[in-house]
Amino acid sequence: MIAIEHVDKYYGKHHVLQDCSTHVARGEVVVVCGPSGSGKSTLIKCVNGLEPFQRGKITVDGVSVGDRKTDLPRLRARIGMVFQLFELYPHLTALDNICLAPEKVLRQRRDVAEARAMALLKRVDLVEHARKYPNQLSGGQQQRVAIARALAMDPIAMLFDEPTSALDPEMIKEVLDVMVGLAAEGMTMIVVTHEMGFARKVADRVVFMDGGKILEDRPTDEFFATPSTERAKQFLSKILTH
Amino acid sequence: MSEFDFGVILRALPFLWQGMQLTLLLTVLAMMGGILLGTGLALMRMWAPTPFPQLAAGYVNLLRSIPLILVVFWFYFLVPLAIGRAVGAFPSALIAFTMFEAAYYSEIIRAGIQGVARGQLAAAEATGLTYLQAMRYVVLPQAFRAMLPVLLTQSIILFQDTSLVYVVGLHDFLTAATVVAGRDNRLVELYTFVAVIYLVLCVAASYGVRCLRLRFVQ
Repeated sequence: MIAIEHVDKYYGKHHVLQDCSTHVARGEVVVVCGPSGSGKSTLIKCVNGLEPFQRGKITVDGVSVGDRKTDLPRLRARIGMVFQLFELYPHLTALDNICLAPEKVLRQRRDVAEARAMALLKRVDLVEHARKYPNQLSGGQQQRVAIARALAMDPIAMLFDEPTSALDPEMIKEVLDVMVGLAAEGMTMIVVTHEMGFARKVADRVVFMDGGKILEDRPTDEFFATPSTERAKQFLSKILTH
Repeated sequence: MSEFDFGVILRALPFLWQGMQLTLLLTVLAMMGGILLGTGLALMRMWAPTPFPQLAAGYVNLLRSIPLILVVFWFYFLVPLAIGRAVGAFPSALIAFTMFEAAYYSEIIRAGIQGVARGQLAAAEATGLTYLQAMRYVVLPQAFRAMLPVLLTQSIILFQDTSLVYVVGLHDFLTAATVVAGRDNRLVELYTFVAVIYLVLCVAASYGVRCLRLRFVQ
């Protein structure tokens, strides 16, 4: 469903993505990991065109992201994205955060959008917080609202950009639980994360990046049992011993 | 002028009120025009293709480096030349204040928009909103809350600055008081009264701004 083929990206002279290729099939969960600055977040932001890239090709459900003729807003409406810093709209309630895109992009009627939003809030266990503003919610609650906001567009795939990195430890679980549930339902997901427990549990494949390159792209069990590159071994030994 | 006679103010109140009406009218119109034009300048400076950002920046820097009184004078003589007939003191003063204030407002508006975190735009676009929708529903409402107190503070300065219209012969509040003061030879009473009125109005407006700021910050 998502095909990344030989993608190169530069920030000025800095070569942040180097010949990156991978595929994600429908219903597949792929975890992208690697040290900070390795290009993980940049790579998934290329998938929905939030970041432009200079060479190579990315297609989502047959639509080329880099093509100038592609209607990017229309494509993005079909791909959900969750950010490290939640990025809820601070001037809107949790409910309105979720309803905005369905109303403005999908032209849903207010009552239709609201009913769907309430169902999603129920799903992430936040119904009683529907009328609260983001600054009245904890980090874990905000991130769950952000997931509901992305799901409200009925996406064909979800991108997660370090969804738990900004959370206190006790809130990480409530967010991961929602993501595990999504994976179990067959949602196609690309997840940038350092949560190796999550990766082991739900990922079909692990992509390991360093220095802008994809160094490993293998089934989860294989990756953890016998990482083939020295760099991945070092990385795993560092984050798994803590 | 052996003793103070504040009765002169009471007798002159209708005349002074006329002056105040002109002051308020000029302030409100120049504020609306200035914010409108200032928004245009800010948008031009941030997103228009070359050479528009450079032109907008040049305009802002030029207007901000000229004394206001000169701008008022300039338009009084320049506008009739440009359109070939006299336009009267009020329209020319209004144009001058609008164009002058727009330069200041545009910088406030630009800072407000740039102050909204970049991630907000990305998040809005990621849900499928177009750039313009993201601006309208996500970025601008936040930017406006942040800039409103500063916009109003600038408008209080504008309110005081409108007293400069005496140079083109308009009877604003201060000019009206000057006329009465000269006629009745009661300078101390009249100018004290003017100062107190300006003080009261500006303090009240500042208080309003502070309340707004507190409401938006929470």
